[in-house]
Amino acid sequence: MISPTKEELITINLNGLEVEVPNGMNAVEAAALHGHEVPHYCYHPKLSVAGNCRMCLVEMGTPMRDRATGEPILEEDGSPKIGWVPKPVIGCATNVSSGMHLRTESDLVSECREGIMEFLLVNHPLDCPICDQAGECRLQEFATDYGRGYSRYVERKNVKPKRTRLGPRVTLDDERCILCSRCIRFSQEVAKDDVLGFVDRGSFSTLTCFPGKELSNNYSLNTVDICPVGALTSTDFRFKMRVWFLKESKSICVESSAGCNTTVSSREGVIQRITPCRNDLVNDTWMTDSGREIYKTVRSEDRILRPSVKGEDQPLNETISSAVNILQENKIGLVASCHSTLEEQILTKKLADLTKAEIFLRGHFGEDDGILLSADRSPNLRGALVTGLIQEYPEDNLLALNDAITKGDVEVLLVMNEDLIKSGISEENLAKVKVVYIGTHSNSSSQNADIVLPGLSVFEKGGSFINRSFLLQSFELCIPGPVGLKSQAEVLSAIIAQLSNEECISTNLDSIWELVNSGQIDLLSSITYADLKVAPVQLDGSRWSQLNFVEKEALNYRPLAS
Amino acid sequence: MNEQTPKERRIILKHADDPTYSNRISCYLREGGYEVLKKAFGMKPEEVGEEVLKSGVRGRGGAGFPAGMKWKFLDRKSGKPIYLICNADESEPGTFKDRQIMYKDPHQLIEGMMIAAYAIGAKQAFIYIRAEFHEGARILNQAITEAKENGYCGDNILGSEYSCDLVVHRGAGAYICGEETGLIESLEGKRPNPRIKPPYFPAVLGLYQCPTIVNNVETLCNVRHIIEMGGEEFSKIGKPNNTGTRIWCVSGQVMKPGYYEFECGALTMGQLIFDVCGGLLPGRSLKAVIPGGSSAKVLRADERFTGTLKDGSEFDWGLEDIPLDFDGPMAAGSMSGSGGIIVMDDTVDIVEAMANINAFYAHESCGQCTPCREGSLWMRKITQRMCSGGAREEDADLLLSVAKQIEGRTICAFGEAAAWPTQSFVTKFKDDFIKKASESSDDRNPQTLQLI
Repeated sequence: MISPTKEELITINLNGLEVEVPNGMNAVEAAALHGHEVPHYCYHPKLSVAGNCRMCLVEMGTPMRDRATGEPILEEDGSPKIGWVPKPVIGCATNVSSGMHLRTESDLVSECREGIMEFLLVNHPLDCPICDQAGECRLQEFATDYGRGYSRYVERKNVKPKRTRLGPRVTLDDERCILCSRCIRFSQEVAKDDVLGFVDRGSFSTLTCFPGKELSNNYSLNTVDICPVGALTSTDFRFKMRVWFLKESKSICVESSAGCNTTVSSREGVIQRITPCRNDLVNDTWMTDSGREIYKTVRSEDRILRPSVKGEDQPLNETISSAVNILQENKIGLVASCHSTLEEQILTKKLADLTKAEIFLRGHFGEDDGILLSADRSPNLRGALVTGLIQEYPEDNLLALNDAITKGDVEVLLVMNEDLIKSGISEENLAKVKVVYIGTHSNSSSQNADIVLPGLSVFEKGGSFINRSFLLQSFELCIPGPVGLKSQAEVLSAIIAQLSNEECISTNLDSIWELVNSGQIDLLSSITYADLKVAPVQLDGSRWSQLNFVEKEALNYRPLAS
Repeated sequence: MNEQTPKERRIILKHADDPTYSNRISCYLREGGYEVLKKAFGMKPEEVGEEVLKSGVRGRGGAGFPAGMKWKFLDRKSGKPIYLICNADESEPGTFKDRQIMYKDPHQLIEGMMIAAYAIGAKQAFIYIRAEFHEGARILNQAITEAKENGYCGDNILGSEYSCDLVVHRGAGAYICGEETGLIESLEGKRPNPRIKPPYFPAVLGLYQCPTIVNNVETLCNVRHIIEMGGEEFSKIGKPNNTGTRIWCVSGQVMKPGYYEFECGALTMGQLIFDVCGGLLPGRSLKAVIPGGSSAKVLRADERFTGTLKDGSEFDWGLEDIPLDFDGPMAAGSMSGSGGIIVMDDTVDIVEAMANINAFYAHESCGQCTPCREGSLWMRKITQRMCSGGAREEDADLLLSVAKQIEGRTICAFGEAAAWPTQSFVTKFKDDFIKKASESSDDRNPQTLQLI
């Protein structure tokens, strides 16, 4: 996913082999490019270099030059003479330069790693079987890979607090902390909420919040993700599930138009947690705490689990037929959604064209935090622009629809997801129209609808979204949906088929994309879903540059110049 | 006192023990104070720097790096402000020379600092003084006020265009603040975690990421005397590459412990201990000497030191023959460090001395990087257990192995400072460590007496 940087390539000597790496890259990354792991704890590619764990010690040398003349000094065989630094250096703070020699696999390096591993473990509890980090613990992994395998330590271990509440979502086990300072640097540099620090000194150093502060910002759980050991744990997830039981799927966060890449971890169809997935174009390696909570809506009480007609549960096929009957009338309004996937929006547009419906769409806006929670609180507003559902930038309400109902221009409504009352439709007007609701959760629209067609949540289907940078990203099915339900795309295509008396469009996503490729949407015409599954596609959004997008400049995002 | 013993040559401590001399500016001016500052201001800043380079004066803080060379590394192209910091965090165990200077002759330091600041172009200078010297901080502040009133410091020094403010900053009681990048962090108001080098060399990215020079108190005082007598003349004091005088702080079991200022290389370790300091306590014999503060490697009394000096001459010294300068203790495999000479006689239990030193380093490790943080405490726990009846025969080798895992793998020189004592003590007195094991009683639980 991470495309190699286009910087100038230089040649270095890595463990005796000449290899090409980008100039100035640090030794840890450079070695990794060529398959040599340099173990590290404190180094994180998205944080400043601290150099305190000393796990990434490597041997480094540069070609020697004559001090007087500046000429390279050569060995007898004509190769440049290498001046090896007498002490091992830390890979994370060593930037490669042309001709540099690195040894990441040597006796000295192995010995350094053994020593550091031993030191890290002398005051660390050796109780992996009851530690929540087991299975995804760097300490455990590197102890196996690079440690000595036995302990020479017979003294007592330090005792520190075991269950410190750092904030509403993070719990700290200080004894497990290896003082790498990743969480401190994250709080300072990314979350811009400097609340963490060490107190005391030496081996008694203890991570804690500053007096009167707590780790309560909306990014606090990222400290749990980057903690290489079991010190920082998610209060929500800790001791709930062993990580090796989890099935991991790639998804996109629907909280806002930032489009954070996520890893959804589930077991037996139940989501246990959501963590960020690295994408340097979008969210680096971070996501919001609020975005991680979204999985809880999947099994919430207001989830709609059965299709119904006028409040009576009906089989899905019959409900769809009832909907088709209503939609054959005139004066149809269609409330599209910027929470729908791109594929659903394509079908929505097709349905609108077929029924000659007038399209209404509401934006959902909030405060922009300048990081990964953008002002546009929907994942796919740009999808609505690209698919042609809207031409103008939407308002945060449906007052236009309310007026249309008042004037009698709309008598039948097909609603995707939106809550009509909360969007500004008066109860009086809502009573005037017939409503077909397609959505996942109960709201004023579904409660007043003649026909309710349940859909699947973002975790129960595949699809794609266009984020604030006009980056088209796909996500995959993570867990199966409730029994008997079909995705919105399937429901829509069934309605379209019955209305047009045509064969049902296959709801296979590849088939929908074939529809796209047939030239209906020029911006997407050269993209196939198979490509999209491999890597996100950057779209050219310049034609919408005159619109007043609500997003502010943020991490990896610059507003279009208007 | 033996006739051949060289006499003290007091340059820095000239007025230290003069009963008619106080730390007030009137005394300093009476003795020709701040005249050198006037002389320096008659020169170009580069010329002042050139004199210091010519003098060959080496840093008195411990590492012995030539001060003039250090100034040369200063990044002047960046256009950022340049800072001068005086490292008065004298916390190396066994060292008490800077204290004498600051308490008894503070204006000498201020004059030296203003000359140095003028030479490097600093507009702001700091004295970072250790917390325990609260009286020293008061004296310095009083002296700075006096100097400012008389136009020797602060705005428009000596009526010139040049201004340099001087601020005394008190530490909070941490050994690591003597490490220059740790000191800079502390001065910035943070935890004194030493910085990684590269990229944070103080001469380029020092205080507030600006070029910074950090010099020891004694070094800065020497700057004053270098300008007074000229670099050329100063370099004639002492020996080549070991110029000027050095203040030796002698502590331990000698008759007259104290501070003694001699020309570099003017006398040997034996002369200092047995003649100048009046020898050991009656009936005792010499066991070991730590020549340069507790971080320096210990020297055993019955050791022979052989090798070749830098000038090519061969040497074969006993402990008493080691010349007291920078290169002598270095040739003997240790260092003159901060000049803190700790003398131990035959009553000293070497393992307990080791436990004491280890306790210090475990207490003072900042905790930033793994080897020093965990290694120093581990070594402390081992030696403490050994002294509490729980010694094992394998502990000596374990200590050596732990020390080896620290040395050269840390962010700052504290790693070496913690590892060298252990390495030297255990290697040179291995029998004492092995003996501890046989003294330990088996029925005693080694864990019981251990402190955590």
